[in-house]
Amino acid sequence: MNRSLTERLWATALWLLVAFFILNLIALIATVITSSFATRWLGTWFPADFTTRWYFSAWDEFQLGDVLTVTFEVVLAVVALAGLLGVPAAYALARRDFPGKKLVMLLFLLPLLVPPITYGIPMATVLYRTGLGGTMAGVILANLVPTVPFVILVMIPFIEQIDPRIEAAARVFGAGTLRLFIHVLLPILMPGVLAALLLVLVRTIGMFELTFLTAGPTSQTLVVALYYAVFAAGVRAVQSIDAMAVIYMATTLVWLLIALRFVNPTQIVARAKQTR
Amino acid sequence: MSALASAAPVRQPRPSLRLRLAASGIDGVTLLLLPAALFLIALFIYPFIYGFVLSFEPKQGGMFANYQRFFSDPFFANTVGTTMKIALPVTLLNLALALPIAFRVRLLRRQRLLTTFLVLPITLGTVLVAEGMLFYFGPQGWFNRTLMTLGLLSQPVRLVHNYWGVLISLVITGFPFTFLLTLSYITGIDPSLEQAAATLGARAAARFRHIFWPLLLPGLAITFCLSFVQAYSVFPSAVLVGEPAAATRVISIAAYQSAFEDYDYSMASAIAMIMAATQLVVVLIVFAGRALVYRGPVASGKG
Repeated sequence: MNRSLTERLWATALWLLVAFFILNLIALIATVITSSFATRWLGTWFPADFTTRWYFSAWDEFQLGDVLTVTFEVVLAVVALAGLLGVPAAYALARRDFPGKKLVMLLFLLPLLVPPITYGIPMATVLYRTGLGGTMAGVILANLVPTVPFVILVMIPFIEQIDPRIEAAARVFGAGTLRLFIHVLLPILMPGVLAALLLVLVRTIGMFELTFLTAGPTSQTLVVALYYAVFAAGVRAVQSIDAMAVIYMATTLVWLLIALRFVNPTQIVARAKQTR
Repeated sequence: MSALASAAPVRQPRPSLRLRLAASGIDGVTLLLLPAALFLIALFIYPFIYGFVLSFEPKQGGMFANYQRFFSDPFFANTVGTTMKIALPVTLLNLALALPIAFRVRLLRRQRLLTTFLVLPITLGTVLVAEGMLFYFGPQGWFNRTLMTLGLLSQPVRLVHNYWGVLISLVITGFPFTFLLTLSYITGIDPSLEQAAATLGARAAARFRHIFWPLLLPGLAITFCLSFVQAYSVFPSAVLVGEPAAATRVISIAAYQSAFEDYDYSMASAIAMIMAATQLVVVLIVFAGRALVYRGPVASGKG
């Protein structure tokens, strides 16, 4: 293909823009990591010396042991419950047509379209009125609001591509819905369920707003603890906040890397797309 | 029921309720969606209605006292303008960057590495990005240092703790989102349409205008709305890298302060309702605008 000069200039400009964006992104992350290992870093390109002591002080100062325990308890509960609620509902929506289906789909789409802080404030109000606000149960319930619809919308295309005759055969041999699920559907759906739940996991670790609005002092997850640390900066050494940020990054990125083995990165954003 | 059935045994029995329901698609399998649906009604729909009703029961004053207070007190009323001033430019900028770049990237064989990089800020989240920005874009950070070494600046520019900080943070987390969404819409367009136009001698600009633009418009409208709604509800970065008392006192900060600092849940609910309503207005304007330039599924797609 012969391309004119303007087209080539245009392409180069766009690639430079992408490179600039990614370069700054990497430098931003590198700043946090470098600073977390720095003894003293003021007014120079690189810190004076390197140390790992900030990690120990951050661990004690922010009670990261407790925070990490809470984070994983919340995340595991959310993943398990989102799967239990979401997968059967996705199956029903993929296999049946019934009056009012559009309305039900709207019910599952809205929590993904409305930003968390908008519905989070009335939801937190209700949770506090019922006494669930500030507890671990409240945080888990709040985080399920966007994740259950997410699982449903990711799973529907997966289920639709399974041949319904497989289920019909199982029914002919007398399997009820429960046995059908355990012996036939779950094994076939496992890759899809795994992908959906991994995405739920990554999103829940990073979900700030809903956890922030519903968490009490004993039910903070890592990202909320990080927010409070940055918010009250000045009291503590920058480096120990950075150390905490690196710990947060590590927990998120490990799961992101695992998730990316199973899913296409665009799925993290565009959820209802057909899998190819 | 059973008495009726035994009284008229000869008549053709009416299909049972179960069968009639199954015929319209409701049976045991359909019921599987009940737990999820009930959960969302209880924790999403009900709170919204509850908040809506609560917003009309202010701590003092008449039914509309909260709304009157919001629109008469500049401390509250200005947050709408402040938030718009951040969210609209950010959304337009992200879309303007994402569209041409997505057009380039679509031709790439190996998009995965690039998309993986772009997914990073989304998964790390706004809190971490804000935390990193404080130092990186600060007066002593590598960004200012590099620009000064290159001689582009004589003194550091202030990029955090003001309007620009929030803008940058929203581009860092918002651009990847907008880009990946746009990319998924563009790759959904049948490439043979473009090839056909190219065969007929259409240059890149003409192909874009006559093939891609009309096909992309619905997707772009949705992308705009989703990106805008995200930017409009900015919270952590407006506090951490913004100037939460003045230039970046966005509407979500006002709602949060009412709920958790003044414990006035009624006022907080009113602000949340105003937030939802303003988002809805912008979304409706976008779709109304789209309807003006775009009518029905593309006539040129299938000919």
